[in-house]
Amino acid sequence: MPHDHHDHDHLSPSGHPYRKDQDHPLSYWQTMEIAVRELLVEKGVTSDAEIMAQIDRMDARSPADGARVVARAWTDPEFKARLLADASAASREMGFDIGALRLIAVENTAQVHNVIVCTLCSCYPRNLLGLPPDWYKQRAYRSRVVREPRKVLREFGLELPDDVTVRIHDSTADMRYIVLPRRPDGTEGMDEAALAALVTRDAMIGVGVARMPG
Amino acid sequence: MSEFDGHRWHDMGGREAGAIDLAQHDYALWEKRVDALMVLASEKGHFTVDGLRRALEDMGEQAFETMSYYERWIAAVNQNLLEAGVYTIEELGRRMEEVQARGATYGEAAEKRDA
Amino acid sequence: MPERVRVSRRMPPGHVRAPAYLRGKTGVVERALGRFANPEQLAYGLPAGKEPLYRVRFTMAEVWGAAAERPDDTIDAEIFAHWLTPVTERQDAP
Repeated sequence: MPHDHHDHDHLSPSGHPYRKDQDHPLSYWQTMEIAVRELLVEKGVTSDAEIMAQIDRMDARSPADGARVVARAWTDPEFKARLLADASAASREMGFDIGALRLIAVENTAQVHNVIVCTLCSCYPRNLLGLPPDWYKQRAYRSRVVREPRKVLREFGLELPDDVTVRIHDSTADMRYIVLPRRPDGTEGMDEAALAALVTRDAMIGVGVARMPG
Repeated sequence: MSEFDGHRWHDMGGREAGAIDLAQHDYALWEKRVDALMVLASEKGHFTVDGLRRALEDMGEQAFETMSYYERWIAAVNQNLLEAGVYTIEELGRRMEEVQARGATYGEAAEKRDA
Repeated sequence: MPERVRVSRRMPPGHVRAPAYLRGKTGVVERALGRFANPEQLAYGLPAGKEPLYRVRFTMAEVWGAAAERPDDTIDAEIFAHWLTPVTERQDAP
């Protein structure tokens, strides 16, 4: 069987090969993907190279990018002010390729804990954080987090104090959201890179908090 | 008699649901390709993300329960491309038949024989 | 747009972005976001006018009543102006 070297040898920017899905029986929907892709290329809508570049562009995005934005906000009060005023502009200022993303940053404080959801579909700040986790797209999270957020957060291992107000942000239209988590205690001497390592994807969705150092 | 009150299946906020399933899976190449086709064809103006969501919603709850995320997305991308007249049902049907004839696995079928 | 707004109770079919759990509920405008193409037109490939979009904040008590997990927790959602009507204190009574 001839092999397409693009498919088999191509590594993602992280250096990992794509998952070996090539040997599974062909499904109807995979057949459709191949047919649609070939038709789009033949009709000049796109090209194989453009598709590969778009996959690379998406693979290059990850929660580590958002973590760098958060760490910058923790260490630079003026950047934090710009982030809270316009999170898209602040992300672009750091050099992130976020396309047309319209981002709002919501800040956790001693009194307020923010949580992001999309109850209608699965809107997510993917152009900064990469693709969403599976649970974010599923029925349980989308249904329950607007009604019983504290119970849902406990399932993620996060118990909030009674004096903290929970603010849910339902991404129902054109904006996307990122939580600016609280900077953990005991991180005063840490530099931006070390701080970024404490910022998890879940902390930026609001189902977790930043890791403690050490 | 239908008891439907206008509240559609995809509009999930506040409904009863079970525990959060934290299992995570990696995306396969064909899924990444669906994602790329969705982004590229919408950037080029052949449909909007709203058109994709409309198609996903109209596919119904059964599709949500039985199809994977990117299976639903390729169905929605195709629906919008057909509606936009980018290709015809006949072209799609012939090409899918041709793709299937190439082999039994995705790897084999993704090889273009006429290239 | 006045500060207090109520989301319409309308239940049309089709692609709309005002979630059902907020319909008929009263909230406070958190911020105006500007004008965005109407998704109810875009979804069908139709010409779409730009409509004002607001972030509206609702309390859990308003949305879920006595069933609220914590009455003063909140939900923010983006709602287009054509789904919102201004609320005066008098209309607020049940």
